[in-house]
Amino acid sequence: MSLASTQSVAEIKARNKELIDEVLEVYPEKTAKRRAKHLNVHEAGKPDCGVKSNLKSIPGVMTIRGCAYAGSKGVVWGPIKDMIHISHGPVGCGQYSWGSRRNYYVGTTGIDAFGTMQFTSDFQEKDIVFGGDKKLAKVIDEIETLFPLNRGITVQSECPIGLIGDDIEAVSRAKSKEYDGKTIVPVRCEGFRGVSQSLGHHIANDAVRDWVFDKITSEAELRFEPTPYDVAIIGDYNIGGDAWSSRILLEEMGLRVIAQWSGDGSLAELEATPKAKLNILHCYRSMNYISRHMEEKFGIPWCEYNFFGPSKIAESLRKIASFFDDKIKDGAERVIVKYKPLMDAVTAKYRPRLEGKSVMLFVGGLRPRHVIGAYEDLGMEVIGTGYEFGHNDDYQRTARHYVKDGTLIYDDVTGYEFERFVEKMQPDIVGSGIKEKYVFQKMGVPFRQMHSWDYSGPYHGYDGFAIFARDMDMAINSPIWKKTRAPWKDTPRPSLMAAE
Amino acid sequence: MPQNAENVLDHFELFRGPEYQQMLANKRALFENAHDPAEIERIREWAKTPEYREKNFAREELTINPAKACQPLGAVFASVGFERTLPFVHGSQGCVAYYRSHLSRHFKEPTSCVSSSMTEDAAVFGGLNNMIDGLANSYNMYKPKMIAVSTTCMAEVIGDDLNAFIKTSKEKGSVPAEFDVPFAHTPAFVGSHITGYDNALKGIIEHFWDGKARAEPKLEREPNEKINFIGGFDGYTVGNIREVKRIFELMGIGYTILADNSDVFDTPTDGEFRMYDGGTTLEDTANAIHAKATISMQQYCTERTLPFIASHGQQVVAFNHPVGVSATDDFLMTLSRITGKAIPKLLERERGRLVDAMADSSAHIHGKKFAIYGDPDLCYGLAAFLLELGSEPTHVLSTNGNKGWEDKMQALFASSQFGKDCHAYPGKDLWHMRSLLFTEPVDFLIGNTYGKYLERDTGTPLIRIGFPVFDRHHHHRYPVWGYQGGMNVLVKILDKIFEEIDRNTNVVGKTDYSFDIIR
Repeated sequence: MSLASTQSVAEIKARNKELIDEVLEVYPEKTAKRRAKHLNVHEAGKPDCGVKSNLKSIPGVMTIRGCAYAGSKGVVWGPIKDMIHISHGPVGCGQYSWGSRRNYYVGTTGIDAFGTMQFTSDFQEKDIVFGGDKKLAKVIDEIETLFPLNRGITVQSECPIGLIGDDIEAVSRAKSKEYDGKTIVPVRCEGFRGVSQSLGHHIANDAVRDWVFDKITSEAELRFEPTPYDVAIIGDYNIGGDAWSSRILLEEMGLRVIAQWSGDGSLAELEATPKAKLNILHCYRSMNYISRHMEEKFGIPWCEYNFFGPSKIAESLRKIASFFDDKIKDGAERVIVKYKPLMDAVTAKYRPRLEGKSVMLFVGGLRPRHVIGAYEDLGMEVIGTGYEFGHNDDYQRTARHYVKDGTLIYDDVTGYEFERFVEKMQPDIVGSGIKEKYVFQKMGVPFRQMHSWDYSGPYHGYDGFAIFARDMDMAINSPIWKKTRAPWKDTPRPSLMAAE
Repeated sequence: MPQNAENVLDHFELFRGPEYQQMLANKRALFENAHDPAEIERIREWAKTPEYREKNFAREELTINPAKACQPLGAVFASVGFERTLPFVHGSQGCVAYYRSHLSRHFKEPTSCVSSSMTEDAAVFGGLNNMIDGLANSYNMYKPKMIAVSTTCMAEVIGDDLNAFIKTSKEKGSVPAEFDVPFAHTPAFVGSHITGYDNALKGIIEHFWDGKARAEPKLEREPNEKINFIGGFDGYTVGNIREVKRIFELMGIGYTILADNSDVFDTPTDGEFRMYDGGTTLEDTANAIHAKATISMQQYCTERTLPFIASHGQQVVAFNHPVGVSATDDFLMTLSRITGKAIPKLLERERGRLVDAMADSSAHIHGKKFAIYGDPDLCYGLAAFLLELGSEPTHVLSTNGNKGWEDKMQALFASSQFGKDCHAYPGKDLWHMRSLLFTEPVDFLIGNTYGKYLERDTGTPLIRIGFPVFDRHHHHRYPVWGYQGGMNVLVKILDKIFEEIDRNTNVVGKTDYSFDIIR
């Protein structure tokens, strides 16, 4: 019997605890002790989920985590479309991250936009031996020759850069000077730094602070007339167009979005952000650092929001509006009312097909909690969740606003643990990434990629919720799942039954 | 409001609605500091010119859109081809996340691989403790029969010594002393994924044949009649290896496929996740020393492995990703010559069928110009097939091809009247290819998924053959080797040619006369 169908919370908790003990048995003692801290059952009323987080992964286990480079180049900087991001070091990192996140943008790729290209200094052995600074200088010259409309350049350090002691800051400074003060940003996001991609986000945020914001002089000309309703979207990477289906709502309620980070983003928008009246932050994990910085330095308040599913969207629209006058507050109500018929129609159509279905999640640093409300809007229940690279404050937010008593929590889950958990809990759907997708589908469990929406999307905003609901229905109710077991294996032949 | 519940619009259509179009236009006009459209157009046109090409080819340090990956990817690809073998990458963990994703996106299969998760402290003190703990954890959790270790650039830069580390780990009891832990150093700043394949495969074979890192005596070769077969790094490994097995079986040849990953990248959906499936058994790997000969399907994937095998007394033969009639003829005749087995009638009939198909369709391919890019052996195999079809492989580009490959390609071109104006480009990338396609246009482009950007920019129709193919499904299940594989490649090329003809003739009232139902 699946855990999801167990009625009493006490029973669920007991079974989940048993399950944790069970998976820990396979590890050597030292490893079991360390992993035990990352697995728990949520107790309602507790300030967090009772797990340790943001600690080193254990060698030799199949962690799902990436690295600091992935956090900086893949997430924060890569989607700034009009800058050229150099994967500085050997060829692989740039190659594997090339086009693999669907950060949608509009632009003429290769001419004034560069989001789906792979620029690398392609380190060879001699570069490791003699250092890559001269190479980097030349790479920048060659970029300037071939891509005259680029607005700026970033240097995304791969592992060897820090190890061989290259001075990418000096090269960036010198080249910036040579090219009329062009924005050239060195980013020390070597993959071995920190414990996951999370540190890469932080490092990338610091680079925005030091190499973009600090460069803006007070007399710099503003490219637009400010209004009291100027806001910036921070931490939406426009996966499948998410930031667009979010932005349209903000504009409909009367706000003006002067910057969008970083999906479909541009250097000009980064530079304009300190002029916003409010920074609204979607992915707290990846961009809270720079939002806090702007609050301290420029006095710009920021607020988190969640645009997954109508309940959270309405809550968030009101929260954002609360920073403004009645015009915007009325605007928020107007938007909620406007989309209500669409939301009612989506729910009426899909909720009957999804009611009572259980979900297990394992994603990056925001969605393990943010999507829970959207599932609940469809009558679904999240029975297990955890973060690939969340910190304690993510688990606090999860405990406070999202998870139910008894939910199984697994931080930096290993492949082995995740497989056992799913096997035992038998959720109706798993939401995680490409590395996990086929494992669970082979087991006959429906799956959706929750980093990239499986080439679908957007999922954010009201328009996105319709797609989210449709996709969950499609995944769970696909007829193919009824065929995973050969019929002759399911139904013992009567003669055999009789023989028993 | 463009969205609606009854007919949910995906991003394909949603953002084309007037609300979104207006929103995007405003964003661009007010906030993006966008360039003047005329200036964008001017640069776009300039980037098509011979002048731009010259600047582009003058590049010395910048690489743009390369068609190659790094060594450890190849090492992982080779390692999963052995029975219950867990690839273990010594270095930082993010790399492994990338390899697993990359392979899974191509094969639509799980890819199991672990890392030693080295971080700053390991960068300072070395990764020995990570190896000791890592091997113990992997061994306990995933119950492998073998752990194949390779490295990332991080471990290489700090100089970690795998041989010593594995020995120490065994002494500390991470895995039993007799447990097989072959290894290969696979720095990402040397060569490419095909180098990594070569190094890992050699490391594994060496482990079994040369006394398991001195833990046992070296094996003595007792020659038998079997043939070893090595596929090389190959996006079609599932279809290709099965096709090769069929050929061996038809010919009655005893064989060992070294690094047989055809099952692990093609597991069924039946309610069970198979972390390990199929693969060359460890016993067969050891016994492969006794084989009569080793055949590699890709010369540049086995540049170190084959000499190592030859030094143990076997004949070795390397092909260049054979596609088509003559290349398959060569392959079969070589098999026949080495084993003394006749080429069976059935294969002869298959050959005749491929020739038949080529004769039936050659009118549509004859004289067409193609550009090809990919791994050096694949490029060679495809170019040879195109020459055989009477078409011209005009630009053949391999980012991980070297001077030797270039010479070999040019010799191939020289051998055919259709190769007269054809050129090989070693060490170049897809941005070079872009200039080539603008300044010396061809009719079709053959390459992996990344070619779709070239197709969009230059209007050259893309035929997807290579690795990775992310945006089309299940191509890897169909062979490109053997006469039947040649047939698959032929059909792929023809389908694109016919689609293009149809696309160019489907204008009602204008080109009706050529919109034929019979092609």
